[in-house]
Amino acid sequence: MRFHFKTSYDHDIRLFPDWWNFAAYAALLVVLLALPFVLDSFFLGEVTNVLIWAVAGLGLMLLTGQTGQISLGHSAFMALGCYTCVIMMQSGVPFLLAFVLAGIITGLVGALIAIPALRLHGVYLAIATLALAIIADDIIVMLRRWTGGVNGMFAPDITLFGVEINRWVNPEYWYYMTLAIVLVVTLIYRNLLRSPLGRAFAAVRDSEVSAQAMGIDVARTKTIAFGLSCAITGLGGALMGLFAGSFNNETFNFLIAIQLLMMIVVGGLGFIHGAFLGAIVIAFLPQGLSLVTDVLGRGFYVPGLEIGVFGMILILFIIFEPMGLYGRWLKTRIWFELFPFARRDMFRRQKSYLKTERVR
Amino acid sequence: MSLLELENVTLRFGGVTAVNDLTMDVREGEVFALVGPNGAGKSTVFNMISRFYTPASGSITFDGQDLLRLKPHEVPRLGIARTFQNIELFDRATVLQNLLVGRHRHRRTTLLEEMFFLGRARSEERAHRHAVEEVIDFLDLQPYRDKFIAGLPYGVRKVVELARALATKPRLLLLDEPASGLSVEETQDMRWWIEDIRRQMGITVLMVEHDMGLVGKVSDRVLALDGGRKLAEGTPAEVQAHPEVIAAYLGTGAISKTASATGERV
Repeated sequence: MRFHFKTSYDHDIRLFPDWWNFAAYAALLVVLLALPFVLDSFFLGEVTNVLIWAVAGLGLMLLTGQTGQISLGHSAFMALGCYTCVIMMQSGVPFLLAFVLAGIITGLVGALIAIPALRLHGVYLAIATLALAIIADDIIVMLRRWTGGVNGMFAPDITLFGVEINRWVNPEYWYYMTLAIVLVVTLIYRNLLRSPLGRAFAAVRDSEVSAQAMGIDVARTKTIAFGLSCAITGLGGALMGLFAGSFNNETFNFLIAIQLLMMIVVGGLGFIHGAFLGAIVIAFLPQGLSLVTDVLGRGFYVPGLEIGVFGMILILFIIFEPMGLYGRWLKTRIWFELFPFARRDMFRRQKSYLKTERVR
Repeated sequence: MSLLELENVTLRFGGVTAVNDLTMDVREGEVFALVGPNGAGKSTVFNMISRFYTPASGSITFDGQDLLRLKPHEVPRLGIARTFQNIELFDRATVLQNLLVGRHRHRRTTLLEEMFFLGRARSEERAHRHAVEEVIDFLDLQPYRDKFIAGLPYGVRKVVELARALATKPRLLLLDEPASGLSVEETQDMRWWIEDIRRQMGITVLMVEHDMGLVGKVSDRVLALDGGRKLAEGTPAEVQAHPEVIAAYLGTGAISKTASATGERV
């Protein structure tokens, strides 16, 4: 059993608590960097897809997992991020600038929408944001002059530091670019968690009254959380559109938002790891399902099977493992660390995790 | 000199007058206790000072500043911290993180600095950590530093809440029933801590408490409320001997029997 012996305040502040932890993540990074040499371009594309979903998921995680506010409208912000990025690129803005600006614009719009929306709680907030996701579809069609409406848009090639990045020509570049973006987003997320704002998010999630009594402006904190969340999700959306190559008003429909929410619940609410584990499930589930239906024969194909299975997984997780895959991993790890002293009821739920569900 | 002043404060919830024309003042450096039977309006007074409720009439000033012009989250910035009757901690965070939230009013880093952990972010974080560690030492919370609130026993949570309030480095501390639900030993600890908070840290304490033993030992002045109205004000002994206070607690018939039993727990 490892014992974590702290000798300075920095032990609580630094990113990695100890060398062992650092080594584990360094090894993971090495594996990720080596993947293009091992995988063929199809699977590399799948892994890129996982990372893109993870970016979008980290965005929603910040809002739902950290701040406790639910959103079923994040597909709208993915669309906003995607369209602003591509429109800027088409008018000659270099990719990196367009990408960052797309994030900032999405964040600002998100914060603006948050001001009225976050006066709502729980189910009402879910309904309001769901409406947003559905309206986004119509807005894209109405703005067809810029967005191409139902005909959609084609994503231009990305040029980064003089190198042309095309999914079909050099998938490994796409992969490395996505990996770099994921690392930056994760680092920002982690930095927020170890600073006053991140703790303010958790405070708002756990007790608004008490947060106010500690001098936290709840409305402002929620607005910032929503803005940051939308910005990150917007970046995810931009990557998704660029990666897909073409997109229209239906690419980012409300089902994407629901998938995103399902992803972070299955992965584990409130954990960075949860966004990644959830992304793996979301990205590989269709493949897994098609493998199963192939084995069973063509007669077994059912339309809507994917959504049905997604829904079932979500319900099973909420009932049996509300802390998600990462929570399950933590429990397993602690079980081994304490062996043979772990108790059955050590992780008994004390309160519902999604506090937003409580109607005030 | 009085630090907190309430003048002719009245608060109504619909037809119920929760606080009726209450005037009181808390002097700098004293321990002031509010007592009274359930529903007397004690916690309501706290919630007005914290600005969760706005009185219908009257004024509340803290160190000469009008509290009624502030929003709830602006009150702690003046140096008023509080605890809650039914503990309101951040359950899914560790003790350390809870206490660090208490430092929020001292936050000086900007969003960008925090996002990239640049500039002041690290040194500020160390400073917060140091301030919190002092509180942990003061209240003997070392064994629980990295424990999640959700798994802590009630008595410890009560102390963590006090610690979180102290981490804000307040001038005035509002304690809403600090000893409720505590064992005899824990109440003893709480007593010493309240005295130390006043003496060593120079923090003024305003508390609501039912345990008259504790009130009698730590408080300089006591104000008894019933039905939102002031019944009596003075030293603990004076208030406990006051016939109206005894009547409010035990009924009017009890006055003659208990009038002599002052100093005992009521």
